[in-house]
Amino acid sequence: MNVLKSLADRDRVFDFLVPVESPVDVRHGPILYLEDVTVSFDGFRAIERLNLTIDDGELRCIIGPNGAGKTTMMDIITGKTRPDAGRVWFGSRHDLLTMNEPEIASLGIGRKFQKPTTFEALTVFENLELAMAADKRILPTLTARTTGEVRSRIEEVMTTIGLVELRHRPAGILSHGQKQWLEIGMLLMQRPRLLLVDEPVAGMTEQEMERTAELLTGLAGQQSVVVVEHDMGFVRSIARTVTVLHQGSVLAEGRMDQVSLDPRVVEVYLGAEADEEVA
Amino acid sequence: MLASRSWLSRPLHERSTRLFLGALIAALAVVTLLNLALPAGHPLHVSTYTVTLLGKYLCYALLAVAVDLVWGYLGILSLGHGAFFALGGYAMGMYLMRQIGDRGVYGHPVLPDFMVFLDWQSLPWYWHGFDMAWFAFLMVLLAPGLLALVFGFLAFRSRVTGVYLSIITQALTFALMLAFFRNEMGFGGNNGLTDFKELLGVDLTTDATRLGLFLATGVALALGYVLCRAIVASKLGRVCVATRDAEARTRFLGYRVERFQLFVFVVSAMLAGVAGALYVPQVGIINPGEFSPIFSIEIVLWVALGGRGTLYGAVIGALIVNYAKTVFTGVMPDAWLFALGGLFVLVTVLLPKGIAGLLGYRRPRRPPDSSTTPREAST
Repeated sequence: MNVLKSLADRDRVFDFLVPVESPVDVRHGPILYLEDVTVSFDGFRAIERLNLTIDDGELRCIIGPNGAGKTTMMDIITGKTRPDAGRVWFGSRHDLLTMNEPEIASLGIGRKFQKPTTFEALTVFENLELAMAADKRILPTLTARTTGEVRSRIEEVMTTIGLVELRHRPAGILSHGQKQWLEIGMLLMQRPRLLLVDEPVAGMTEQEMERTAELLTGLAGQQSVVVVEHDMGFVRSIARTVTVLHQGSVLAEGRMDQVSLDPRVVEVYLGAEADEEVA
Repeated sequence: MLASRSWLSRPLHERSTRLFLGALIAALAVVTLLNLALPAGHPLHVSTYTVTLLGKYLCYALLAVAVDLVWGYLGILSLGHGAFFALGGYAMGMYLMRQIGDRGVYGHPVLPDFMVFLDWQSLPWYWHGFDMAWFAFLMVLLAPGLLALVFGFLAFRSRVTGVYLSIITQALTFALMLAFFRNEMGFGGNNGLTDFKELLGVDLTTDATRLGLFLATGVALALGYVLCRAIVASKLGRVCVATRDAEARTRFLGYRVERFQLFVFVVSAMLAGVAGALYVPQVGIINPGEFSPIFSIEIVLWVALGGRGTLYGAVIGALIVNYAKTVFTGVMPDAWLFALGGLFVLVTVLLPKGIAGLLGYRRPRRPPDSSTTPREAST
C-alpha cells in the first residue's frame, strides 16, 4: 500500500518546488538570527547558547579553533542538524527549525562545502546551467531551452567568478581553485540570499586566494556571505566583521583589528596560531 | 508544443547525427538496390537471406543504442536489457501466433498449437487482445516499459546503483528466463513461439516482406537514434551525465535524481522492446533463450567495443561483433567465444574509447563565439 501511495505522490508538486517570490522579510535588518542555540552530541556540548546575527548584505567571517562548533553551526542553519534548544530565524518570517534541507535551500540559503564537487564531464557553462534556479521536473528539463535570458545570467556569473574564457572547457580540467570558484558560481546561479562558505581557500595558491578574496568581497552587498575560514591572512584580507567562536559560543565579535587585540582571543586562537607559526 | 518539437528536432542540426543518418540511409538504399535490381546470379547481388541477416543486425544495433543510453549517459550498467528485448519480442510473437488462426498443425481456430498440444481448453486471459495489431504493438512498448517502471522505481528509490544494480538486472533476466521456460506460463515453454505465417495480413515468407521488415528496422533504428540523441543533447541529458558523475551533488542542486533515472531507464527499455518486436518476425522465432544472462552481457560487450557514451559507437559495435559472430560461427563455431573474448581484450587494451574513439571524432562542442550566435545551446 505504501508503495502505491508514494507512486501517487510522485505526481504531486512538492511545496518546496513551488517558486516563491522573494519571501524573505529583512525589513528589520537581520537576514539570519540565531538565539540561545544549544546542541549536544552524546553529552558533548558542541554549541552552547550561541547568539549570532547576520545583517542583509553583510560579509561575515567566522573563525575559531577546531571543535569550536563552526561546522555544526552551518549544519543547524541548513537544516542538517536539529538543535536541542534555541531559535533560528531567516529574516523575520521563516523559522528554519521547522523546515527541512531542500526547503531551506529553496528559501535561498546556499552552502558551499569544503571539497569542491563539480560535474567534470560537463563544461563550465553547462555546470552553471544545471545549477540555475529553474523548474527541475523531468519534462520541463527535457524541453528546456537555453534562452537569451538564461545565457546572459550564466555570462554574468561566469564574469563574476572569472571563468569566461574557460566556458567551453570541461570542469575536469580546471585547477583546484577554479573548481572552487565554479562551485561558488553554481551557488550564485540559484540566486541565494545567504551564502555559507566553508573554508574556501584550503589548498589554494596565493594568487588564487587573492582572486577568491575579490570574489567574496564583490558578492557582499548583493548577497549576505558567511565565511568559515582557518587562514588568518585570508580572513584579514576580506573581513569587515569577524566572529570568534570558542567551545560552542561567541567569544568575541567586531572588526578584525579590534578582535585580534582581544586578550581572550589571542589566548585561545590567535596566540595558539602565533605559537605554531613560531614553532 | 513548440518547445517539445524543438527538443526533438535538435539532433537534426548536429553534424554527427546527420552523418549517422546519411550513412544509414545510404546503406539501406544500397542494400535495397542490390537486392532488387541485380539478378540472383550477379556477384554483387544481395540475397534475401543476407537482407534478413542485416535486418537482424539492425535490431541488435537499436538494442545497443538503448543500452548505451542508460550505460553511457546515466552510468547504469544494465546486464538485463535482454529481458526487455525478449518481452517486446514475445508481445510481437503472441500477435503473430494469433495471426496463424486455423492454419496451425492442429487447425484450432483460436488456440495456438502448443496450447492444443498441452490440452488447454481456452485462451489464457493475457492472450486476449493480441489478435489486434494495435493492441499487440502497444504491448511491445508497455510490457517492457512497465517492467522497467516497477523494477526501476524500486531500485532507484532505494538508491541501488553500481555493481549491485547490475547484479539485480542479471537476476531479473535470469528469473524471467526460468519462468518463460515453464509450459504453465503459457508462452510455449522451451520452444517459444514460432511457425509464424503473416504480419498485418502480409505473408512473412515473401522476399518483399523480408525487405520491408529490413527497411522498417532501419527506420526504427534511425528514429530511435534521433530520440536518444535528442534526450542526450537536452538539458535532461546533461542532468543524466551529472548524475553519472556526481549523484549526490545533482540531488543537492534540486533534481529528483531517481525520477530522471527512472524516466531514461523506461525509455531505454521500450526501445529495447521495439528492437525485440522487429527481431521476431525476421528470425521467425522467439524463445526463452533471449532472456539468457549471457545475451544481456553480450549486448554490453557490443557497446563497450563500439565505444560507450557515443550512441553511434553502440551501433558500430553491434554491427561489427554480430557480423564477426556470423562469420566465425560459420567457419569455426567452437572458436567464437574465444574470438569475442580476444576482441574485447584487444579493444580494452588498445582502444579504451572503443572503435568510436578510433574515428577521432569528438562530440562537437559549442564554438567559442556562440554567445553571439542565436543558435540553440547543445553539446
